[in-house]
Amino acid sequence: MNIVENFDLFAPRLINKQELLSSGHRACSGCAEVLAVRLMCKALGENTIIASATGCMEIVSSMFPTTAWRVPWIHVAFENTAAVASGVEAGLKALRKKGKIDDRYIKVVGMAGDGGTMDIGFQALSGAMERGHDMIFVCFDNEAYMNTGIQRSSGTPMGASTTTAPAGKVSSGQKTWKKNMAEIMVAHEIPYVATVCPSYPLDFIRKIEKAKSIQGPSYIHCFSMCPTGWRSPSHTAISMGRLAVETGVFPLFEVEHGHYRISPDMPRKLRPIRQYFKPQGRFRHLKDDEIDQIQERVTLEYQKLMGKAKYL
Amino acid sequence: MGKRIGMEVAIAVAEAVGLCDIDMAAVYPITPQSHIAEHLSDLVANGEIDAEFVTVESEHSAMSAVIGASGAGARSFTATSSQGLMLMHELLPIASAMRLPICMAIANRAVSGPLNILNDHTDIMPQRDSGWISLFVENGQEAIDLSIQAFKIAEHKDVMLPVCVNIDGFQLTHMVEPFEMPSKEEVEKFLPPFVPHATLHPAKPVTMGAFAMSDYFTEIMKAKNEALKSSKKVILEVWDEWARLFGRAYKPVETYQAEDADVLMLTMGSMGETAQMAIDQLRAKGIKAGLVKLRLWRPFPLAEIKAVLKNVKKLIVTDRAISFGGPGGPVFSEIKSAMYAEARRPLIYNYIYGLGGRDVAVGEFVGMFDKVLADTKNEAADTYEFWGVRE
Repeated sequence: MNIVENFDLFAPRLINKQELLSSGHRACSGCAEVLAVRLMCKALGENTIIASATGCMEIVSSMFPTTAWRVPWIHVAFENTAAVASGVEAGLKALRKKGKIDDRYIKVVGMAGDGGTMDIGFQALSGAMERGHDMIFVCFDNEAYMNTGIQRSSGTPMGASTTTAPAGKVSSGQKTWKKNMAEIMVAHEIPYVATVCPSYPLDFIRKIEKAKSIQGPSYIHCFSMCPTGWRSPSHTAISMGRLAVETGVFPLFEVEHGHYRISPDMPRKLRPIRQYFKPQGRFRHLKDDEIDQIQERVTLEYQKLMGKAKYL
Repeated sequence: MGKRIGMEVAIAVAEAVGLCDIDMAAVYPITPQSHIAEHLSDLVANGEIDAEFVTVESEHSAMSAVIGASGAGARSFTATSSQGLMLMHELLPIASAMRLPICMAIANRAVSGPLNILNDHTDIMPQRDSGWISLFVENGQEAIDLSIQAFKIAEHKDVMLPVCVNIDGFQLTHMVEPFEMPSKEEVEKFLPPFVPHATLHPAKPVTMGAFAMSDYFTEIMKAKNEALKSSKKVILEVWDEWARLFGRAYKPVETYQAEDADVLMLTMGSMGETAQMAIDQLRAKGIKAGLVKLRLWRPFPLAEIKAVLKNVKKLIVTDRAISFGGPGGPVFSEIKSAMYAEARRPLIYNYIYGLGGRDVAVGEFVGMFDKVLADTKNEAADTYEFWGVRE
C-alpha cells in the first residue's frame, strides 16, 4: 500500500497529523465514537474549546488526575452542553473585544451523545442554536444511552432491542421511529447542518472544516457505531457504519443555508437494510414482516431527502 | 463619595453590578428577579457596560452559560428566584467544585407548590450545601454594597468560589429606597481586575470538570470544604476595607441591643428591620430584648454565633422556611447544632413565619417575645411553631 508507506507525504494534505485527543483513553475496543471524536479534533485543530456532556466520551477521556485532551475542554453536566458552550463563546467574545485575551479566532464546540442531544439536552441545544452563537454542536449518536447500559433514547431506531425497550415475547424492542435531529436543526434555520460517519473520514473532516469556517451556529450529526451496545463484534464498527450509509438508514448529506446536498459517498442504489440488520444482535429478534416495514420507511425517508436535494 | 439617590432596589442592584466591569451575564426572567435582568439589558443596550448579555432559555442554561463564561475567564453574573434557583440546583455544586467565582443575586421567593410569587427563604435553603458563599441583606443599601463586594470576595485568589447575595423578593427588590451608590471610580479602586487561576484558552489547554471516582472524590470534597471555611478570612478583610472606603461596616453576625439582653431574637434578611422596631417597643417597656441578624449563612459563622449567644437565657430563632417532617426551621437546626456543646447555652424557640409573602408586623414580633417570656416553665423550648397560622 503506497499511501500508507508514504503517509507523511500524503496525509498532511488530507488529515491534520496532530493528535488532540491522545491515546490512553478508556474507550471500549472497536468504539467508533472515540474515533469520530479523534477525527473531529483533527479537523478542528488546536484553536478549539470543547464543552462535553456527561457520557461515554466524557468518562473515558477525563478520569482525574489524567486527561486525554490536548485542547481546552470543559464538562459540567449532562443536559446543558450547548448552554455551557454558548457561555464559553459569549465569554470569549467579551474578553476578546475588551483586549483581555489575544485576538486569535477560537471555535467553541459542544459535544454530546444522542441522549444528551435529542432528549435531556434538547432544550439547551435549541436555545443555543436559536441565539445564533458562533459554535458547532456535534451529536455523537450511538442510538441509545450506552454509558448507563444501553437504555433506549429518542435516537434508538425502530425495532432495536435495548435494556429499557427490550425485545420480549410480546415486544419487538423500540416502538418508535428515530427522532430526525438533522431536520429539527434545519428547522432552526442555522447556517449549516450536516450528517457524518467516521467510516467516511474524508467526508467527515471536510464537513467539520466547513462548520468551522462558518460564522454562527452549525450542527453536525455523527453516526457513532457502538459494538458493545449494538451487540456486534468489535471489529465490525467501520463496516457497520458503511452499511448504515449504503442502505440509506443513515444518509450522508449537508444543508447549507437551507440548500440540501447529498454527499458523493452515497451510492446510486441503496442496499437492502437486511444486510445492515443481520450482523447486529439488537435487531436479531425482528421478523421478516417487521424488517419489511422498516425497509419501507427507510426508502420513503430517503426519497423525501432526495426530493429536497433535487431543488438545489 | 458616591451619590445619594432613591431607586428601586432591583434596578439599583443591576446598576451596582454594572459598576463592576462584568464581561458576561446570562439571566432568565422570573418574578421578582426580572427587573435586575431588564435593567442589566438596558445598560448593555445603551453601551453603558461592555458585556455580553446572553438571553438564555432557562435558569438551568443561565447557570450553565455563566459556568462556561467564567471558565473562559470572564467576570460573570446571573440572577434568579425561587423555581429558577431550584432549576439551577443541579449546577450549583458543580460551579463551586470548579472554583468558579460566579456572582448571583437571588430575589428570594417561595418555592411551589402551591405557586406563590412572594417572599420567603424556601428557595435558598435547599441550596445550603452547594458550596456557595451565601450572604443575606436587610435593605437596599446592603443589597448594593454586597453585590459589589461579592465579586471581590469570589475572585480573591484564596477564595475562588461562587457567591450568592440573598435579597428578599418584593419586600426588598421592589421597594424604592434612598441609598448611596458608589461611583464608578470608587468601585474601580475597590475591585481589581479578575485574574483567574486557569482559563479555557488554546494558549494553555486545561481540562475542567474531570471525572473522579472514589480514589479522589473524598479529597476533592474536603478541599472544597476547606476553601469555603477559610473564605471567611477574606470576607472579613473585604468588609474591613469597605468600612474604611465607604464608612459602612458589615459583620457575619450583627446585633442590636444584644449585649445585656435576657432574650434574643435571630432573623435573616429584611425582617430584621421590623424586628428592630419591636425591640425598641420592648425596651421601652423595660424588657431586656435584643436582636441578632445572621448575615453570613455560608460559611456558617460558628465562633461569632457562639460569642453572641453565650450569655442569653432565651433565644427565638425565626425561620422563613421549614424542613418538612424534620426538627423545625433550617436556621433553628443550625443554631441548635452550633450551641449544643457549649457549657452555657440558651433555651431555643423556633417560629416559622412570613411564608409566601405573609406580612409580619411589628406587633407580631412583640407577640413572639411575649409568648416566649410567658413560658416560665420552658415547656415550648426546643420546639417549633408556625406563627400566625390559621388552624
